[in-house]
Amino acid sequence: MGEFKVHRVRFFDYMPSGIRALAFNGDTERMAVARMDGSVEIFHCSDRFFQEKIIPGREQCGIEGLSWVGERLFSAGLNGGITEYDLTNQKVKYTIDAYKIPWYTFLVGCEDGTVKLFEVNEDKIQFERNLDRQKSRIVSLSWHTSGSKIAAGMMDMIQIFNVETGHSIHRMLADRGVGTSRSKECVVWSVVYLSDGTIVSGDSVGMVKLWDDQTGTLIKSHNVTKCDVLALSVSQNEDSLVAGTSEGTVVQFQFVSMVLGKDDKEWVRTRTFKNHTHDIRAVAEITTAVVSGGMDAQLVVKPLLDKIEVRSAASALRKIHFPHRRLVFCARNSGLMLFQYPGHLELWRLGESEGKGSSLFVKRNPEKLLHLKVKGEDHIRCSAVSPCGEWIVYSTASSLRLYRLHYQRFLFLFFQISKLPKVLSSANQLCFSSDSSHLFSASTQSSVHIVSLSQSGCKFVGTLKPKSGSHQAIHLLAASEDGEWLASANSDHEVHIYNLQTRKAHCTVPVYSSAVTAMGIHPTTNCLFMMYADQQMCEYSIEQKQYTDWSRTVQRKGLHRLWMERDTPCLNVMFNPQNPSHVILHDTYMLCIIDQSLPLPDDKTQFYNQLTLKSLTEDQRKSHSHAFKVCKTFKDILCVELISDQSLVVVERPLEDVATQLPAPIKQKKFAT
Amino acid sequence: MAALYEGYTLCGVGTVQNSSNIGILGVEQGRDIDHVLVTDSSRFITVYKVSDQRPTGSWSVKRGQMISCPAVFNTQSQEYVVVTDDKVVRVWNKDDVNLEKAFKATVSADVLRVLSATDSEPVVLFCCGAVRFLDLLLASPQQPIEHVLAEDEIIRWSTIVKAEHQLVILFSTEQRGEHCLYIQRFDPNTLVKHRFETEPGLSAPISFSATCRGSNIHLLYLYLNGSVYESVLPLRRSSTGAEGVLALSRSLCLSLPLGEEKLMSGAVVVLDEAHVAVVGFPHPSAGPCKDYICIWNTHFQTLQACKEMAGRIYSQLWCYSGKMYIPHGKMLSVIPFECQKSSLAAALGKQKQTSQSAESKSCSFVSSWTAQTYSDVTQTAEIKSRMSTKNNSDVKSALTVDQLIEHIKTSAVEDVQAEVGEFIRWTPQADLQLAVGRLALELVSRSQTDANFYPQCVFLRLLETRYLCYSVCPELLSLAMVKKDFHLCQIAFQIFSDIPEAVTCSYLKTILSTSDSEMETVNLDTDSVMFMKELTRAQSRSDEEGGQLNGFCSPALESDVSDTPSNKLQRDPLALDMSCPVGLHKGALLNEVLQTAYSDRPLLPHLKDFTVPQVIVFLQYLRFLYFKYCHDAHKQIRALRTPSISQIIDWVCLLLDAHFTVLAVAPEAKRLVSDLHKFVRSQVKLYTELGKIEGSLQVLKNSKRSEDFGMYAIQVIELF
Repeated sequence: MGEFKVHRVRFFDYMPSGIRALAFNGDTERMAVARMDGSVEIFHCSDRFFQEKIIPGREQCGIEGLSWVGERLFSAGLNGGITEYDLTNQKVKYTIDAYKIPWYTFLVGCEDGTVKLFEVNEDKIQFERNLDRQKSRIVSLSWHTSGSKIAAGMMDMIQIFNVETGHSIHRMLADRGVGTSRSKECVVWSVVYLSDGTIVSGDSVGMVKLWDDQTGTLIKSHNVTKCDVLALSVSQNEDSLVAGTSEGTVVQFQFVSMVLGKDDKEWVRTRTFKNHTHDIRAVAEITTAVVSGGMDAQLVVKPLLDKIEVRSAASALRKIHFPHRRLVFCARNSGLMLFQYPGHLELWRLGESEGKGSSLFVKRNPEKLLHLKVKGEDHIRCSAVSPCGEWIVYSTASSLRLYRLHYQRFLFLFFQISKLPKVLSSANQLCFSSDSSHLFSASTQSSVHIVSLSQSGCKFVGTLKPKSGSHQAIHLLAASEDGEWLASANSDHEVHIYNLQTRKAHCTVPVYSSAVTAMGIHPTTNCLFMMYADQQMCEYSIEQKQYTDWSRTVQRKGLHRLWMERDTPCLNVMFNPQNPSHVILHDTYMLCIIDQSLPLPDDKTQFYNQLTLKSLTEDQRKSHSHAFKVCKTFKDILCVELISDQSLVVVERPLEDVATQLPAPIKQKKFAT
Repeated sequence: MAALYEGYTLCGVGTVQNSSNIGILGVEQGRDIDHVLVTDSSRFITVYKVSDQRPTGSWSVKRGQMISCPAVFNTQSQEYVVVTDDKVVRVWNKDDVNLEKAFKATVSADVLRVLSATDSEPVVLFCCGAVRFLDLLLASPQQPIEHVLAEDEIIRWSTIVKAEHQLVILFSTEQRGEHCLYIQRFDPNTLVKHRFETEPGLSAPISFSATCRGSNIHLLYLYLNGSVYESVLPLRRSSTGAEGVLALSRSLCLSLPLGEEKLMSGAVVVLDEAHVAVVGFPHPSAGPCKDYICIWNTHFQTLQACKEMAGRIYSQLWCYSGKMYIPHGKMLSVIPFECQKSSLAAALGKQKQTSQSAESKSCSFVSSWTAQTYSDVTQTAEIKSRMSTKNNSDVKSALTVDQLIEHIKTSAVEDVQAEVGEFIRWTPQADLQLAVGRLALELVSRSQTDANFYPQCVFLRLLETRYLCYSVCPELLSLAMVKKDFHLCQIAFQIFSDIPEAVTCSYLKTILSTSDSEMETVNLDTDSVMFMKELTRAQSRSDEEGGQLNGFCSPALESDVSDTPSNKLQRDPLALDMSCPVGLHKGALLNEVLQTAYSDRPLLPHLKDFTVPQVIVFLQYLRFLYFKYCHDAHKQIRALRTPSISQIIDWVCLLLDAHFTVLAVAPEAKRLVSDLHKFVRSQVKLYTELGKIEGSLQVLKNSKRSEDFGMYAIQVIELF
């Protein structure tokens, strides 16, 4: 089929940030994840854990807790603020100061020993009152379902408050560890108040303890680890409890009857999972799985197999390492790469090679042209580089900046465009037209602003608005090669297509149940190729406003089982200009070229057949080859891009490299070490 | 086929003053085949009666005199002739006691040797190359002797050959590194000179042996590098012979293996047209020791027999009338030998084709030469003791081969059986090897003429010795087939490795045309029948299991036998017909045929002679085996000899090739062929899938060591 020259890039030092808190919303099946850098991500649990929304963090913004109230998401941070998020526009809605808050929303335990009660109003939260002030810090809090009692984890003890009176009902002392750790305080890292009056606590001694709130006595104690139990979470029907430890293990307890058929149930330690290398800072039990996250920055979804009936993609262990957004952008025509870090951008020029063979001699090494720090405290939300390589744009939650680069032989000029149209104050997604003459900026209400770029500066041209539908933020933009069409995809799975000549909405692709993870417009046929989070693919003819025949064939015949079972979404769609039937896709683990002229594989054919084809002769290959040509040479791919000289840029971020940059995990004694 | 028998000592060899390789001066034929004339290197001439190992006469020269050539016996005058001190020719007869008192004559030139052939006048060869008949020389001893050779030309070796009343003297000379061969003929006297071809690094021949066959003299000569060359010289000189020195045409007939040690000497002697005896060269598998006498077959370049000689070997070897005379250590040994007409199978040894199971390997008799020598060593004592008792009356109880053959011609079956059994028990292995073939031939010829004479047990007994092969006694198998003795045939097919394809095919036809009922009465090798039983039992068992699994084993169905096949068909139309198409015994015999060695090209024309029913039955059976093997490959049926899957497939291919048109046309073959095709297709599919896996695994293996390229690399990937 063909050879590709591949630039394998591993110098993008992207470091995912550690996970600090998890909050699961059972009604919307959304999981909110707060990271150490202050960013909050929303994952859609029933859509293969696709990362729907990303709210970038800020400098010095540590989040300590996350909580859903209905469909509203609140967080509390170490800087003493309670934050509500605007999930539609993917930004912070407001922050109010609650004075040194370490934990919890609308019910806030403070470092100074107070528990503050807030009322959640329609658009604001309002401070209500303080409970009795305690001497020590409040580390953890939990409501009873009745709303009348609160359990608070503190230093060396747990207190139960009556919310009505604000007085403490019981004080339960947590034992300190034995031996040398006896002198250290026992921190109750986590408490859970169950509806039957049982209070579960996890502490720094490594115990999970069960208390009775009526008598204030210890019912049962489980020694889970020698280190800390950092996180606890109970399932919605309160029959299962998971505890995360600083060793990286998740321990499950289940409320089961000890004698079959009898009703007297007990909490029994049942399962232990070890999928993390570092501290687990947050656990959550969702309908069918245990989700955990911690310092090693990966979100692990461990399905509970007793709750799954059919084996499917949902029954496999899922580890999410990288964001489901692009962080690398290539200037196709000039061989430049833009790396998006949270606080800065880097621009690199690719190297050059000579010679022949499977591994080429690098004649010129890649060089870093630019290191651009973000102005202000906000982290970068999105960025882009124009295909010609002359324009760079990025946006934070509060500002958007456009830069122009000018290369001469040895001179490299770089300046910021100062007078930007007012509409370009902030963007959810940015995209340049293929001739680099226009910038498209996704704005609020699912609208897209068009700005024309020229030597002198930039000029606002117009705004594209969808005819109807939701106002969710746009997370993907795709412009056609001929400059006629622009497609936008938002978090409500809507894909709108605009005619750039008339600046009117052209049509809307039928809404599919799964989110669009990547899309691209074919340069010759002007068909929109879309990849969905559930691994389906569609090709939609813009001109005919309908799915293409090939797309219908794919839907009718179904995709191969192995294709459907992949657990990372496709993040880019490219087209091979030399062969219009080739569509290039990639996910974290593979690069795939779909040859639309070849037959589709059915479930009986060997799907990953590259090795087989390699061992066959030219004639035999014809009978064995199918449309999906999967290359598994690369691992941990962040980005694949086809640049204009027909070579591919593959940006890898090996997980081993990430692991080496993480802080050292808790030292564990291993046998014979 | 050749064998060396246990030798015995004829006499001691005197201590040698000079350090040359000469232990004794010579051994010459005496008055008859049982007498030899030994001239030792000092002063003694002794006549031995070989069979008695005792001297019958001995003479010595006076101290100070020296015997300068081996004594010879003049068969015409019944006198002994020797030359002392180079010039004195002495003639005496056996009654003379003192050599000093015998006739002597001094000749005018140095005599090299006196050469004598039976029934002809001895010839005196002078050092200068001239020859004279002894009687003519003695008539005028002082007659002048002409110089034939150049002054510094020395005769290294000489011999006399007599055939068709024609005497030829051969002698080789050396002159300044150049080696020549002279051929002296008489009536008319002619002398022809040939030059030995010389090669760099190859010095002179170290040993010669000349024999006369037909009208040619065959001269064999040995070089130090182990090459034995043969030159053929005409007995009578062609009339158009060119004058001058002729190059000696030669052909390499044997390359002896050389050990690591450098050889200094060696000797070769021709035993018959295909065998030579060699001393002084290392045994190919016994290490560097040179003290072996070996008989080599020059046609097939194989080592036929060997014997280790105690003590130093002097590179001297004589051969008279079936006995070799070899001085070694301090003795002169006589080693009787026998060479038989060689067949390829016999020359190559008796190794059967290797079969799969290790057990069968261990039980089959593999004739290894190291083992042979080992047994020789161990048997020495035993045989010696028997040798010593041979003189006693015991020897009469065991018959010789010739006696036994005489008996076979006349005796009743039971007597023959007993006698042959006795013979096999008492004859040493080496003798047996030669005798068995003769016995078998005789027995077969008797059986062919005498319809009532068929000693099956004797044949089996002979086969069991494993010295028999097809080419030794080709009639045996055809006889057995005529007699429908399938047991004998089976054993023969197991043991013989050289059965011609035509015979294999006719045997196959015999088996296929014999009815199963007749076959079941035959007594066969139990192991093979057991194998067939296992094979068919496995089938019925799996049938039962299948029935139980599918829940079809209702009693009603079982009782209704006639209904069962159709039900089976309904149950699983894809199920393969796994019933054995032939009886157990027939199958066992066919298995034996499948395991015999063959070449497909000669086999094909004979296979074409099969009738259509024969072809179909055979193909059905092969299909049955093939299915069985594919299904029960994991099942290890313990049997010594089983046909391998590749043998089965080869036979299927052969059969299909030979009867392609027949199978295409015959209606009864249609189902069979389509079944086979279906199955083969599925197998081919399976193997192509396996082939795919193989490729993937290969790449996986290679990709294990993926290189670490650092932070940046430009690579080329290829997608297919």
